[in-house]
Amino acid sequence: MKPVVLHVEDVGKCYAAYSSNMARFASWFGAKVRPVSESWAVRDVGFTLNRGEALALIGQNGAGKSTLLKLITGTVRPTTGRISVAGRISAILELGLGFNPEFTGRQNVYQAGGLMGFSQEELTRLMPEIEAFAELDEYFDEPLRVYSSGMQARLAFSLATAVRPEVLIVDEVLSVGDSYFQHKSFDRIRRFKEEGTAILFVTHSMGDVRALCERVILLDQGKVLRDGAPDEVVDYYNALIAEKDNARLTVEQRRESNGWQYTRSGTFEITAKKFELLDAETRKPVATARVGQKLALRLVAMAESDIPQLVLGVMLRDRTGHIVWGTNTWHTEQIQREIRKGDEVEFTLSFTCSLGPGSYSFSPALTSSDTHLVNNYEWQDNAVVFDVLNADRTFFVGSSWLDAKFTVDHRVEA
Amino acid sequence: MLSALWRYRYFVMASIVGELRGRFARSRLGLLWSILHPLAQAAIFALVLAEVLGAKLGGIDDKAAYPMYLLAGMAAWTLFSEIVSRSMTVFIEYSATLKKIAFPRICLPVIVWGSALVNHALLLVAIAVVFLFLGKVPGVAWLALPLGILLISVFAFGLGMLLGVFNVFVRDIGQAVGVVLQLWFWLTPIVYPVSVVPDHLRWVINLNPMVPLVEIYHEAMVFDRWPDFAPLIVPVILSVVLLVLSFMVFKRASPELVDAL
Repeated sequence: MKPVVLHVEDVGKCYAAYSSNMARFASWFGAKVRPVSESWAVRDVGFTLNRGEALALIGQNGAGKSTLLKLITGTVRPTTGRISVAGRISAILELGLGFNPEFTGRQNVYQAGGLMGFSQEELTRLMPEIEAFAELDEYFDEPLRVYSSGMQARLAFSLATAVRPEVLIVDEVLSVGDSYFQHKSFDRIRRFKEEGTAILFVTHSMGDVRALCERVILLDQGKVLRDGAPDEVVDYYNALIAEKDNARLTVEQRRESNGWQYTRSGTFEITAKKFELLDAETRKPVATARVGQKLALRLVAMAESDIPQLVLGVMLRDRTGHIVWGTNTWHTEQIQREIRKGDEVEFTLSFTCSLGPGSYSFSPALTSSDTHLVNNYEWQDNAVVFDVLNADRTFFVGSSWLDAKFTVDHRVEA
Repeated sequence: MLSALWRYRYFVMASIVGELRGRFARSRLGLLWSILHPLAQAAIFALVLAEVLGAKLGGIDDKAAYPMYLLAGMAAWTLFSEIVSRSMTVFIEYSATLKKIAFPRICLPVIVWGSALVNHALLLVAIAVVFLFLGKVPGVAWLALPLGILLISVFAFGLGMLLGVFNVFVRDIGQAVGVVLQLWFWLTPIVYPVSVVPDHLRWVINLNPMVPLVEIYHEAMVFDRWPDFAPLIVPVILSVVLLVLSFMVFKRASPELVDAL
């Protein structure tokens, strides 16, 4: 068991409203004043973060993510519970926070670094490293107001990660900046993680969650709703989003023996009776496909009641949960209308398996329009899982197979 | 609280520089503006009141005495009002930072205080130059000014911080104080000498703790006299009480401060 670096114990944050501000002021001086209303932004949240662990906090707006982060960074004090951090906590912050636009990059390092609690000497010692990592060149000695937002992000990231913290908070900010710097930042975060930094991500990008974290906490209305493996929690979250608009929706989840997380949710007015991956010619089910094989994905839906409109969406995901491809019959203008109870609708998706070797899954969604938020009849995550092998093509790496050829021309010097 | 402040001294210092630089950034005259504003105001009063209305300052029969009296009073008042009005809004100005970064919050009013003191020092230098032009060489009594600076700034700091904390919760306070400060300015003998105040209004002057403080400036700069210590007791006690009170309120309010921002 790795040592715990962050311990959040039954933490709650209550925002109290007093009948008047006089009552609030009186309460500071020991008067027994009852707040007229209390609202708990975070309640009974408890978790621990171990050395080198990466945890993502997800949840809808207002779920309490920001409040929880403020509690962990220490800007807001918890009403109940305790938070203990072993060592330094650092946050990669929003653009421009703590920076003075009139200062140069270098002066801002002193200013914002001072704000983070570094001493002048430490910053002077760290300066060459910060300057080198930010790669701002001559802009480093220009005032911040002439910086682009990406340049500001570079400076902020370089400063926040100049010293390896025990806990690093990454709050939706890595999307700023060019892809070169994003890669560089992720490399540094990964290196910190290997050296023992625990990472706390807050993000709405489920792709990042799956790619970077081994654990996800889903917050809803200030409480921990789920705490577990990324695919499980993220799929549950997606189903939950649909639920907000579909009151009758039910969610079922199970972990398949092949390790894929299966989630099914919806109102089930129409459901898939059959969903299978077939070889295009033999029409036999396929569990392992060859690179370049012609395949057909077949779904037969049966209506349990009358529905005005039906759209099928299909999503192909790789093992880490990244979406490889996806579309729906709304985009292809093949919307089915006026479906009566008992009707059957058969969809066939024909395609060539131009994927790289690995494990993939198809997730079908039966909905009434472009998004599953309007009517989610049935949504299944990872309903069909299959492996791709490279049987007869030349060796290649990556998640997709390109029909590519080298042309080589070796010119001998005369 | 004080040790935390000491650890963050470089941040406080950098912020003071930042405040001064930020305020006059990219204006050609830069810092000069912070001096020019009160000087211009004093010049306007001098012109309107001395030349047009023919105000006479009792005690010195000198054409330049009135402008000098004005400048001395304005200097004292500017220090006071700058600290009060800036402390009032400093927590709100830094709200984004307060919400995201954990640092000793006491730094903020101290930054305000520091930048006001720097401004004030520059202003005094400018006033000394103006005095030379008016034919008055600053006397040895100017050495009493640090006492005035200390008393006024401590008084303003306590008052400003107290109001600043309350202002986070009740934003009307900031608006009200703007009006009160203006009234207070006119209730303090700055543009007029104490001697012109009619007897039935004397009590207003006697109640005003700023009067003896501003008098330190008048005595030192215009009349080359050391201050009268007896009337200073009330403002000193008041300043200490306000300072202690403001620290108490600050400590109590601190956990809720960010919640209300």
